[in-house]
Amino acid sequence: MGVLVPDTLDDAIVALGAQPDALVLAGGTDLMVEINEAHRRLTGTETVVVVGRLPELRTWVHDPGAATVRLGAGITYAEVETGPLAALLPALAQAARTVGSPQIRNVATIGGNLATCSPAGDGLPVLAALDAEVELVGPDGRRTLPVGDFMTGVKRTARRPGELITAVTLPVLDGWQGYAKVGVRNAMVIAIAGACLAVDGPTRSVRIALGSVAPTIVRAPAAEAFAAAEVDWDGAAVSGDVSRRFGELAGQAARPIDDHRASAAYRRRAVEVLAARLLHRAFPAEARGSTVGG
Amino acid sequence: MTPSTATSSTDTTVRARPGGGRIGDSPVRPDGIVKAQGGFAFSSDLPIAGAAWGATLRSPHPYARIVSIDTSAAWAIAGVATIITAADVPGRATYGLIAADQPVFASDVVRYVGEPIAAVAADHPETCRRALAAIDVTYEVLDPLIDPETAIDGSHPPIHPDGNVLRAQRIVRGDVDATGDVVVEATYEIGMQDQAFLGLEAAVAVPDDDGRGVELHVATQWLHEDRKQIAACLALPEESIRIVLGGVGGAFGAREDISLQVHTCLLALRLGRPVRMAYSRAESFLGHVHRHPATIWMRHHATSEGVIVKIEARFVLDGGAYASTSSAVLLNAITHTQGPYRCANAIVDGWAVRSNHLPCGAMRGFGVVQACFAHEGQMDRLAEACGLDPVEIRLRNAMSTGDVLITGQVMESVAPVARCITETAALPMPTTPIGEAPGGPGVIDPLLLPGGAGLTADVGHVVRGVGWGVAMKNLMYSEGFDDYSTARCQLADGIATIKFATSEVGQGFVTIAQQIARTVLGVDVVVQEPIDTQIGSAGSTSASRQTWMSGGAVDAACRAVRERLFEHVGARHQIDPLRLVIDGTDVVDPLGDLRVPVAEATAGQHFDETLEYHHRPTEELDENGQGNCHTAFAFVAHRAVVDVDPELGLVKVVQVATAQDVGRALNPLSVRGQIEGGISQGLGLAVMEEIIQIDGRIRNASFTDYLLPTFLDMPDVELTLIEEPDPQAPLGAKGVGEPPCISVTPAIAAAIRDALRTFDAGDGGRRRDITRVPVRPSDIALA
Amino acid sequence: MSEHYRLHVNGSSHDVADGWIGESLLYVLRERLGLLGAKGACEQGECGSCSVLVDGDLVCSCLVLAASAVDRPILTIEGLAEPGAPTDVQRAFVDAGGVQCGFCTPGLVMAAHALLDRNPEPTVTEIREQLSGNICRCTGYGRLIAAVQEVAVARGAPRA
Repeated sequence: MGVLVPDTLDDAIVALGAQPDALVLAGGTDLMVEINEAHRRLTGTETVVVVGRLPELRTWVHDPGAATVRLGAGITYAEVETGPLAALLPALAQAARTVGSPQIRNVATIGGNLATCSPAGDGLPVLAALDAEVELVGPDGRRTLPVGDFMTGVKRTARRPGELITAVTLPVLDGWQGYAKVGVRNAMVIAIAGACLAVDGPTRSVRIALGSVAPTIVRAPAAEAFAAAEVDWDGAAVSGDVSRRFGELAGQAARPIDDHRASAAYRRRAVEVLAARLLHRAFPAEARGSTVGG
Repeated sequence: MTPSTATSSTDTTVRARPGGGRIGDSPVRPDGIVKAQGGFAFSSDLPIAGAAWGATLRSPHPYARIVSIDTSAAWAIAGVATIITAADVPGRATYGLIAADQPVFASDVVRYVGEPIAAVAADHPETCRRALAAIDVTYEVLDPLIDPETAIDGSHPPIHPDGNVLRAQRIVRGDVDATGDVVVEATYEIGMQDQAFLGLEAAVAVPDDDGRGVELHVATQWLHEDRKQIAACLALPEESIRIVLGGVGGAFGAREDISLQVHTCLLALRLGRPVRMAYSRAESFLGHVHRHPATIWMRHHATSEGVIVKIEARFVLDGGAYASTSSAVLLNAITHTQGPYRCANAIVDGWAVRSNHLPCGAMRGFGVVQACFAHEGQMDRLAEACGLDPVEIRLRNAMSTGDVLITGQVMESVAPVARCITETAALPMPTTPIGEAPGGPGVIDPLLLPGGAGLTADVGHVVRGVGWGVAMKNLMYSEGFDDYSTARCQLADGIATIKFATSEVGQGFVTIAQQIARTVLGVDVVVQEPIDTQIGSAGSTSASRQTWMSGGAVDAACRAVRERLFEHVGARHQIDPLRLVIDGTDVVDPLGDLRVPVAEATAGQHFDETLEYHHRPTEELDENGQGNCHTAFAFVAHRAVVDVDPELGLVKVVQVATAQDVGRALNPLSVRGQIEGGISQGLGLAVMEEIIQIDGRIRNASFTDYLLPTFLDMPDVELTLIEEPDPQAPLGAKGVGEPPCISVTPAIAAAIRDALRTFDAGDGGRRRDITRVPVRPSDIALA
Repeated sequence: MSEHYRLHVNGSSHDVADGWIGESLLYVLRERLGLLGAKGACEQGECGSCSVLVDGDLVCSCLVLAASAVDRPILTIEGLAEPGAPTDVQRAFVDAGGVQCGFCTPGLVMAAHALLDRNPEPTVTEIREQLSGNICRCTGYGRLIAAVQEVAVARGAPRA
């Protein structure tokens, strides 16, 4: 009971095993809001396990052979935003730059973003588009699962009581990738629509994941298949008609709602436009005979 | 408990450079360094040993009958010191600035989400939260009044004993049957804006030992009005209540009404020990009044040359659950229907009505913001209908001193409307292309495009537009209110000491007051005494009035002291005091050779004068809206350059240019601060700031969802000050606080319209219009 | 329900006792340690008024669980300079007209120092982005940008 600051991952796992309903605190930018606003009422009997500075969670490894990057769950968005990680994972770096404010990015972690699993979580469309693998460690050991299976609903995940998100592994793709996010202000804003598009050149595949337009992050398989078939791979080109249709298909994958931040109709329109524009950025040459596209 | 380590909020004495810090200079704020070092004590920063925390229970329903309130479970919580409800209010059960129609605590009916029902005091804020959660209130939910039109047409039963109409006022002027060659009309909507000061409501009440009085440290705009209302509710004489200004973290109108003042005093008197209250941001959205949302229909008639012939208008202001200043806000709105333009014929109907929304009252611009958004939209429509550009239509109608307003009042203020427009037009336009930084290397920085770091747009998706807004704003109070301010000046041993009850909310009156004293008295050192109720009222820090009113009072008090000084010097040197003047830091006889330093002349002397400054009387409007209701006016023009992404509806304001009629800039740096700050608030209303209520429930009571402009949203500002000293004003200076935030909003909206016109011209006859603020992305993208 | 821990603030070690488990660093700094310079204005990390440095990183102290900050150096506005001996940033904020009500000022001073420490010669756009987590409701930001630029220029100037 109380606030535990373990020094090692093992200690943290033991603590969580003993108190499976303990609150896990990484950067604190979600949990503290809930506490400050009394949305999460603490009685004083809770256990808080502080994991943000665990050395095992604060490291990242690039494996060139496997073409993967393994990010410890305690890596902050500030660390992803610039430097070597930004070069390896450009879409994640772009997403990172839109997370809250500089103050938030200094402490907010990849693992925390996953654990909260808000549909507006800025990093999550990138993880979804890249088919990231989430690693969890609990009393029963270590397991990994695809991020698409990890995110099960609005602020709901496959994390079991007593488990800790320890890492996320992302592929280093050979192709353009980018992120775009619509908010009402030019900084420090919650996404009302977001999208990540990632191209894998060798497999000639296009992946797109959408944020803030469904209970959790969604991929748009029909749009992905359409793009893979219709893009001029050799000319790195896409026509306006193709990008527009790609946007429409992406929009059809959305299941947005009306709320105080935006209407469902606007959210759908926004992801249509973002998807089309991202495809154009990925294939910047204009295919012959096309009209000017979005 | 911790000791107080903060410096007193009123310890703001600094020594100006010898001979510096006079009127027209820009000396630094006397409280600047202590603020920058974190030592300035805001009203939230006043820990007092043994103080209990107070907190407020609020209604979760927009409209409901209270069946019962059971506090027994809350009393049983360890650490709870006391709980009070309406039954514990010893005096008047209600309060209000104009009509006392708002309960201190609701006892029978709640009329908005957030209405106070009870207050608790306890040892820790968390104990307070638990106690509030343990109070069991049973409600019978009633059908809320949501649509203001149902208040006007009488279809909703009265939600308050005083009825659903807070004020109905008509203006009829000239030939109401006049028509023009050109007629344009539209209906405009303005959303509910929050003042969003950063320093949340907070106060400390310290009861007198005998329980018959209380000292309240609070951030407020008007100490004496607070005292009057508190005294009535506490059933204590006003003299038994001492109000000391706690450091004020911004105000913008939201501190003109009572919020936690009575509750804090009641808890402290009940407990016999100090009580602190401090609102959270979420509570603050519920705990103070907001800018009135409005629906305004206007129809302008003009000649084919674009000269206004007649204006017809109908204003509906949603005042929310209680009256606050709604009647005065409505007056301001309808009497500014014409804006800064000549208009001989008008028929205007104005309604301010009650609803089960959050109460609305004062916010910077006070009714004129709403009117200006409508009349400037109309001017652009007229321009288009007449084939004129936006500058030309405004110049053709620009008002001048001597023109007769639609109220019949003659414009007696200096009215450099045409100058405001032409000097704004002369300011440089942005020279860099879309997405590039000024003076930059000619590369695109996505942060400079709409959507910013969200990387939503490429340059080809973005269109630039330019828009105009021009405003007239009344200064000071209106409609017969005896508006005055009080100041005291003492002079001894070369040091001036000044005192007033003028609330310093950040605008910099403390700086100006010292400049006035230095200039009038020829001193370098000015000591400012605490801002409290130990002197007469200064009136409110609102209505752009304090430089004029309290500046006038300080000036008058200092001049009176200077007369005593001259009499003293004259008697000592056998010179007619009328010959003496202040030159630098000396008393001088310009006709002779006498020159005595003020410090020397005042050695061992003590001059002490207290004066009131009153502005000239005004009148109430008659049933046709005729009367000399306003005191004076100021004018301003804004030109906005905006980059728009029409497909996503995102906006980046690139530049705002403005020329403002300031009369005389007493402190040019402070004036600039008011202008830039006002522009950012007007920008907020234009593109992001709105309190959203659905079925009477606020949905965005946080800074996560009520968005304020950030560093990346605020554009560069090009400005010029128009200084034509107003003979009416005691120092020639007009108030500068409100005009900056008024016409910038329609200018930005107009720039968005302009960009959309350009974009839509290439999009097969599509025609998008913007008639409401804030402009939401969907208003652009889905229109 | 009470928590006991030590915090290292401005070079000194402070005992915190009888804390409620959910107390933020902002609350503890202000109410238990009497350091009132950090201000609370949103409780959500959306205004920057409570900015302090923890482990040298600029953070919103309202979002730091106080008891989680044990053993970590914390620097608040009070630790920047002695009263009456302002830093260059503090002086520039005042001189440039960047202080009005002053409520956002301590947080902005912390953010501006953090910015200039990392990036001694920021462009205007870099200033805007790096300070975009600090809301100011009074000034419209123009004088604040001018202040940061002035400090950058002054620090870059050759010493006389």
